Amino acid sequence: MSERVAVRKTYKLFIGGKFPRSESGRSYLVQDSNVSLASRKDARDAVVAARAAVKGWAGATAYNRGQILYRVAEMLEGRREQFVALGVPGDEVDAAVDRWVWYAGWADKLPQVYGGANPVAGPYFNLSAPEPTGVVAVVAPESPALLGLVSVIAPAIVTGNTVVVAASPSAPLAAVTLAEVLATSDLPGGVVNLLTGRITETAPTLAAHLDVNAIDLAGVADPELATDLEARAAENLKRVLRPTPADHDWTGDPGLGRMTALLETKTVWHPKGV
Amino acid sequence: MTATTTSARSDLSELGRSETALRTFLHGLPGVDQVGAEQRAAQLGTRSIKTTAKAQAIDLAIRMVDLTTLEGADTPGKVRALAAKALRPDPADPTCPHVGAVCVYPAMVPHVAEVLRGSAVHLASVATAFPSGQAPLDVKLADTRAAVAAGADEIDMVINRGAFLAGRYQEVYDEIVATKEACGDAHLKVILETGELATYDNVRRASWLAMLAGGDFIKTSTGKVPVAATLPVTLVMLEAVRDFRAATGRQVGVKPAGGIKNTKDAIKYLVMVNETVGGDWLDPDWFRFGASSLLNDLLMQRTKLTTGTYSGPDYFTLD
Amino acid sequence: MMFEYAPAPESRAIVDIRSSYGLFIDGKFVDGETLDKTVNPATEEVLAEVTWAGTQDVDRAVRAARKAYDKVWGPMPGRDRAKYLFRIARIVQERSRELAVLESLDNGKPIRESRDVDLPLVAAHFFYYAGWADKLPYAGFGAEPRPLGVAAQVIPWNFPLLMLAWKVAPALAAGNTVVLKPAETTPLTALLFAEICQQADLPAGVVNIVTGAGDTGRALVEHPGVDKVAFTGSTEVGKAIARSVAGTGKKVTLELGGKAANIVYDDAPVDQAVEGIVNGIFFNQGHVCCAGSRLLVQENVAEQVLDALKRRMALLRVGDPLDKNTDVGAINSAAQLARIRELSDAGAAEGAQRWSPPCELPERGFWFAPTIFTGVTQAHRVAREEIFGPVLSVLTFRTPAEAVEKANNTPYGLSAGIWTDKGSRILWTADRLRAGVVWANTFNKFDPTSPFGGYKESGYGREGGRHGLEAYLNV
Repeated sequence: MSERVAVRKTYKLFIGGKFPRSESGRSYLVQDSNVSLASRKDARDAVVAARAAVKGWAGATAYNRGQILYRVAEMLEGRREQFVALGVPGDEVDAAVDRWVWYAGWADKLPQVYGGANPVAGPYFNLSAPEPTGVVAVVAPESPALLGLVSVIAPAIVTGNTVVVAASPSAPLAAVTLAEVLATSDLPGGVVNLLTGRITETAPTLAAHLDVNAIDLAGVADPELATDLEARAAENLKRVLRPTPADHDWTGDPGLGRMTALLETKTVWHPKGV
Repeated sequence: MTATTTSARSDLSELGRSETALRTFLHGLPGVDQVGAEQRAAQLGTRSIKTTAKAQAIDLAIRMVDLTTLEGADTPGKVRALAAKALRPDPADPTCPHVGAVCVYPAMVPHVAEVLRGSAVHLASVATAFPSGQAPLDVKLADTRAAVAAGADEIDMVINRGAFLAGRYQEVYDEIVATKEACGDAHLKVILETGELATYDNVRRASWLAMLAGGDFIKTSTGKVPVAATLPVTLVMLEAVRDFRAATGRQVGVKPAGGIKNTKDAIKYLVMVNETVGGDWLDPDWFRFGASSLLNDLLMQRTKLTTGTYSGPDYFTLD
Repeated sequence: MMFEYAPAPESRAIVDIRSSYGLFIDGKFVDGETLDKTVNPATEEVLAEVTWAGTQDVDRAVRAARKAYDKVWGPMPGRDRAKYLFRIARIVQERSRELAVLESLDNGKPIRESRDVDLPLVAAHFFYYAGWADKLPYAGFGAEPRPLGVAAQVIPWNFPLLMLAWKVAPALAAGNTVVLKPAETTPLTALLFAEICQQADLPAGVVNIVTGAGDTGRALVEHPGVDKVAFTGSTEVGKAIARSVAGTGKKVTLELGGKAANIVYDDAPVDQAVEGIVNGIFFNQGHVCCAGSRLLVQENVAEQVLDALKRRMALLRVGDPLDKNTDVGAINSAAQLARIRELSDAGAAEGAQRWSPPCELPERGFWFAPTIFTGVTQAHRVAREEIFGPVLSVLTFRTPAEAVEKANNTPYGLSAGIWTDKGSRILWTADRLRAGVVWANTFNKFDPTSPFGGYKESGYGREGGRHGLEAYLNV
């Protein structure tokens, strides 16, 4: 009996809830698979998709966003072996699942920790509440392939932002596979958009894009590139998260910083009187 | 809140004589809390209407349909077929009632009139430069008179939303009064185009304005803007006709139009009528659905109730 | 024409009620000493036999909870406690129809409410507190807040499963174990919840459920092995509990009675205000501690508001709780019905005008028609005492200051409502109300993120939200 011939998977981009190839028609080889090599135009399309998703996602109830992030954790747990087969260590997958669970719980709690009533001197009600900043561009950490990626996506979207992520160029298979998890987790299309390929090609476009509100440079290893991207981001005063050191331990308590860096605070005044 | 006093009938006929009086009155109506109104509408939407109640509701809804076509592509052949369907919606079942009216553009009225002559199905025509209403008043009135002369016994006019939103209430009022006069014996339905009025407070004010000016029906929408009839908008309008009757003694009908596609939706509206204004309005003389595709779904559901089997669109005429 | 809704009964086949239930101790159902019956208040039909826990049973439960606290739940990382709570939340979501039907059968509340209000809130509550279990250092109670130990929790019959969720979810999230006593007339959903704990593989002893009446509750609250007492119920019992824990180290939270004022100003959005009044007092048959049982309406619009209210009340559909179109279900017990009747009779005897819409009540079961009293003054019993039934007392006021004065003129202080189109008046009024929850242009809204609890004799401590954790932490 002849051995069964396997059906191989095609790894494509993830934009607006769909899996298109790069409009450029290019790909590159990773772990014997062809992976889309995203172009500047793909980056632009991803921003359009992310912007279109902001209203619905930011407008969803915090409870609903939390439920969806928890659903991501459920689906990721179910695909554990798939990531292991790609070379992601099992305990990294577990940690990534737990990270989704951790952030899922923040959806309806962060405003309680990071907002509140202000006792102003006068007959006024005064309340500060966080709001998402909008579209966030993210350069994912080079490694760990899965935990690093989850650790930058989850804090950005849990509060209602949408993201365009430039995946780790050397480990894109886990990223695309995570996109498949997201696509089957009730997450609305466009909330997370994923580009594979060269950071040097996509990141400058994203950093300069005037319809992007913030940029997370977590995975930018080259200090010159980081400086260039930050300078480009200054054009429309994007909120900037600077690169994370390569030796950063992604398994520890993430803290609130990655969430709060991507929030605006809105304070409302209202008089009190008959 | 003075406007809705139920204890005494008020004479509100003087209000139309002055812009100031109209404005003071309309802005003195009680506000509508959006969240509360939408929750009430949603809650009524959870009523479970089954078996005999559903059969009753479906037949009533069929009788309330204003079977409508308002397309640039309408032809005499198209509207005659529609009128034939209005008379006998389900040719296979003689117990199926006819619809309330056929609703077309003025130019199509004579062709529909030929088919409907002698029947109890009303003939409605849109008029007054439908759907935008952006034409000189004399053109709008001529439009109306032509439709009536050609055989329409119901006129669906549009209000001047631009004037309403700009606060020129007198202008809106006067146009309705003039159109009513041009209608003669025909019934006047006043389309508020609630999708363009943006707030429920505006919907309530426009409803009162239309009723004060003599409208026989208030109607939500033309069907030509993105947001057509919704349950909460219809709730606010039903509250307005209820309060108007309490204040003046005159009953005004309500017609949600556009976006009501299936039986489930139609039943939600009937429940809302039942629990907001009551049985007095549960009649084609006082409540209508402006719709086209709704009728076939009602017919399919009606067949399902009698045969126990789900039907399909192939079994009903597409006109 | 008349549009009569045909009966639309929810099927009760979805729920499988056992003929007899034991106590849920240390992860297992165990037999106790005495059995009693729980009935369907809508029909007086016996639903099941339930064990009434005696002192020894309670002791066993507390010891099981202590062991689980010491050995398993206390040392467990918050991350893993969270996962158990998420599991419970998910199972509640998956089994929600079954739980809703059982709740309506045992309690008498309309299926529309158990389905659309109780069950979604139960799941949401577990979901919310699950998320706190691994985030306690962020809750604002210090860097390493510690649980208290074993929590004794006694809950009422008006929202059986929801009150369970309000108690169990924050306690477990904070790292405590619990012994919970449901009300004697509504034990069944708590016992089904015990099965859900088993289904979730929750470690044995973390949740223990002892059914019974007042004696069981007293034995539990007074047990020296409990570190925390949480009670929801009457002010009278709340005071007894406060006395009984005097001199012990037990931390206590009490969520007690109320006599909430629902204030309607003359510029209110009147149609929504009427809905809010109806929801405020007839939701859950008025068996709601925060019910808007006193309507304070500005005198210049009183007649108009009352006309609209009566018109609306005539539309309330009273009857079979399992009918999907029922708005008002059965009174929970014969005893409660007697209490409502006694106070209503007192209202009439004291000179208030009583009105109910025409309303046919079923012959069997415990029923009371929606009722309002007009011409009520502050001196009437119906204006002062908590009726806990579908009975509204209507008073009038002339100025905002008078509204506030009347609203606060009660030993209670759980909730209040304000209806006006003017934002600044809402905030001015809310500032002056001595009540733990103030609803403006809405009423009877609940959310797991929102703290709930009373001023004055309505109790102390808050449930829900970040504040709800404080009750179960050593802060």
